[in-house]
Amino acid sequence: MSDTNNLVMDLPVPSSLLDIGAQGLIGKPLSRSEGPLKVTGRATYSAEYAIPDLAYGYLVGAKFGRGKITRVDADAVRGLPGVIDVITDFATFIRNPQQGGESKAPAQGVKDVQYFGEIVAIVLAESYEAARDAGERLVVEYEEAEGRFDFEALKADSEKGTFNNIPGYFHQGDLDRAVADAHASVDVVYTTPSQNSAAMEPHASIAVWEEGTLTLYGSYQMPSSDKLQLAKALGVSAKKVRIIAVYIGGGFGSKLGVAPESVAAAVAAKQLGRPIKAVMTRPQVFETTVRRASTEQRVRFSVDAEARLTGVGHETKTSNLPGESFFEPAGVGTHFAYPGDNRVINHDIVRLNLLLAGSMRAPGEASGMMATEAALDELCHKIGLDPIEFWRRNEPKEAPEEKVPWSTRQLLRCMEEGAERFGWDVRNPEPAQVRDGEWLVGMGMAAAVRSNMLMKSAATVSIDPDGRATIATDMTDIGTGTYTILGQIAGELLGLPLDRISVNLGDTNSPPGAGSGGSWGAGSSGSSVYLACERLRERLAAAMGCVPDELTLKDGIATARNRQIALAELVGEGLEATGQIAPGDMETQRKQASYGAHFAEVGVNATTGEVRVRRMLGVFSAGRILNAKTARSQCLGGMTFGIGAALTEDLVHDPRNGKVVNHDLGEYHVPVNADVPQLEVHFLTERDQFANPLQAKGIGELGISGAGAAIGNAVFNATGIRVRDYPITLDKLLDQLPPI
Amino acid sequence: MHFTINGTLYQVEVDNRVSLLDLLREHLALTGSKKGCDHGQCGACTILINGRRINSCLSLAVMHQDDDITTIEGLGSPEDLHPLQAAFVSHDGYQCGYCTPGQICSAVGMLDELKKGWPSHVSPSLRDVDLNDDEISERMSGNICRCSAYPNIVDAIRDVAAAQA
Ligand code: FES
Ligand code: FES
Repeated sequence: MSDTNNLVMDLPVPSSLLDIGAQGLIGKPLSRSEGPLKVTGRATYSAEYAIPDLAYGYLVGAKFGRGKITRVDADAVRGLPGVIDVITDFATFIRNPQQGGESKAPAQGVKDVQYFGEIVAIVLAESYEAARDAGERLVVEYEEAEGRFDFEALKADSEKGTFNNIPGYFHQGDLDRAVADAHASVDVVYTTPSQNSAAMEPHASIAVWEEGTLTLYGSYQMPSSDKLQLAKALGVSAKKVRIIAVYIGGGFGSKLGVAPESVAAAVAAKQLGRPIKAVMTRPQVFETTVRRASTEQRVRFSVDAEARLTGVGHETKTSNLPGESFFEPAGVGTHFAYPGDNRVINHDIVRLNLLLAGSMRAPGEASGMMATEAALDELCHKIGLDPIEFWRRNEPKEAPEEKVPWSTRQLLRCMEEGAERFGWDVRNPEPAQVRDGEWLVGMGMAAAVRSNMLMKSAATVSIDPDGRATIATDMTDIGTGTYTILGQIAGELLGLPLDRISVNLGDTNSPPGAGSGGSWGAGSSGSSVYLACERLRERLAAAMGCVPDELTLKDGIATARNRQIALAELVGEGLEATGQIAPGDMETQRKQASYGAHFAEVGVNATTGEVRVRRMLGVFSAGRILNAKTARSQCLGGMTFGIGAALTEDLVHDPRNGKVVNHDLGEYHVPVNADVPQLEVHFLTERDQFANPLQAKGIGELGISGAGAAIGNAVFNATGIRVRDYPITLDKLLDQLPPI
Repeated sequence: MHFTINGTLYQVEVDNRVSLLDLLREHLALTGSKKGCDHGQCGACTILINGRRINSCLSLAVMHQDDDITTIEGLGSPEDLHPLQAAFVSHDGYQCGYCTPGQICSAVGMLDELKKGWPSHVSPSLRDVDLNDDEISERMSGNICRCSAYPNIVDAIRDVAAAQA
């Protein structure tokens, strides 16, 4: 495209246009621009489009854990009132959802059942009720086969992880020797359970075919790669598939790749010649989307007499379906969070017939730091050192493996600032000493690290003859604030208030954006908007007869060389430019990550063992904060996921058939309002010129990283009990509580 | 059968299997009320029946002859927000927005319950009912927000309640 402003991040961007903008929007705690639509019920989510002639599809899953479908007795339900048809397409239906960002089709073929709940048929009817009734009655005959369901029993039989953001295996130096020679060390095993993202909006797709082209209204986080996956699965050209995902009721990783309802709806709609809506039931979300895999993590730390780390070991056993290369990369943060010359960071996969293991908010750091930051607390307790003092002695000057400089790293400052704000100095390091009525009270802290990523992303920005700007990209807003921050960036650079900017997201007819995942959304898609606006500023400057540096744009007026012209006038017939960012050398020349520190105070009931989070503070540094309000909300969300991970969330698989036993929100316990105190969030001022032109870094996953460990460490401080098997439920405390 | 929704009288014929939530969403194009679980476990479908909050997924449409039903669409519009809707916007009491209509309808019902002096699990006694953060959190715990806007939801409700008092 002629008017595309491309930037590959091969060099730092030391001065950002965001700092010279005159509109004053950047960093402000502005309310979400789509807010009024959301609070009045006018925001349209995938299942809510009014499509003429729509029929309902009800998904039917296998009720066994491993084997083959032998027959689907469709005739028995076809005659029921309102039922149109039963569609099975064993070859095309997808067996596993796809991982995020893949361009290939997911695993297909559902005659072969690999896990309990695998979607094998879709019942079509004129009403939801008729489809549901028939779906529940549909008899699916099968032959069961031997399956692998029990992690505990099968964990010795594993294979090495190959690559998932990090190599599956890594070693440096001689860890065993470091541990043997250490002044002190810990060698402990932590376990974390499977979890489900449990976004509030169940996965939903409406499939509409028109003249050989599919439009899928789907609740998806990454439309541009989801489109490729869907096209490949259906065997059609990607040009013939359009995905629309304007509002998404949360994702947290579960909607990164296409899930079974999309292909089932598309196949059925094509066969029937009518639009089909397929919405997963809540149990189906638990059984057939994605789980964060359970882990067993052996953590070793060794220190010398000055408490400096000499060795770091982090060996994880996790699980996934046969044929799936994804492994939970629990050691991803360990690679750079902790120094130490002797290192082992390994991942093994146990093949299990359980629903797909994939990304859930901060894959890797979320479960990994629950182990490492708790083990570090154990070490500090053992050597009688305050954890913040430990970090003072250990904070590395450069990335311990690649030996490259940090882009920025303010981990220690986050801790020191947090300690001050939280009142860490009053903590009694001796456990089980503080009592408040029937509650044993304790404090804990933990570090937070999350790698920063930049993804290829494009956006078009146009200025109309009436002086309004429009942003178009297939980037999504899954609650992250994209609508607002993209508007802020364009508003800042073009000198327009937010109400004169339209942000059109989630339509693959627009330029391909990075999608929402891996906390890269703001940095990547924000940079594409920045670059488009940079090009527009050049064009506006040319129209003003000046250079861009002389141009001031504010409130729709361009000012330069003592001349003032309204933007509307200046753009004539209108202007349009596309911006495109791509990762480059900065990815390897600097180690980029966001950092933080969590502080938690818990009360543990002296009699019942119930744990309540009383106070919690997160201090974070993540480059430039684009919107103080939505960034804070992202951190609140992450910290609350941390509370859930530490105390309540545990996806239980039946070891006999892999069935998710607690497949609904009544039995899978996500935190509710009363579980979450008035959390506090504080950001350090920072700019990261190596990350992107915005100098901003990811924030959506930083808040969960380490959060659970801070709570576990507080439970230890309160009670003297170290629970190494998350979540820390009261049954794990009860028999060890101090005498009343 | 007939009932009033957001001040409009509706006369409809419904399959007796249709839940009140599905009636709104699938038959009357009132998609503001959300379906998060269909099990009465998440609160996304909360609406007001004769002023009281209920989970509309747990109620059959045919049970509502002559009822006065209020959904999120009836509380306010983008141009004319209800005070709670405005407070949710200014306090960022949401992220993805999917639980939000249920949270707001629930908050309307909840504040009315508080006003009537109904105690909750955290009230010091059956008569001693006060508006504080613990009461708001406790009473709003039937509405799950996976995005976890809870602290902001409490802030928003506290603000509106204080202005009403
Ligand atoms: S949809 Fe009714 S409570 Fe969840
Ligand atoms: S705003 Fe997303 S679930 Fe509450």
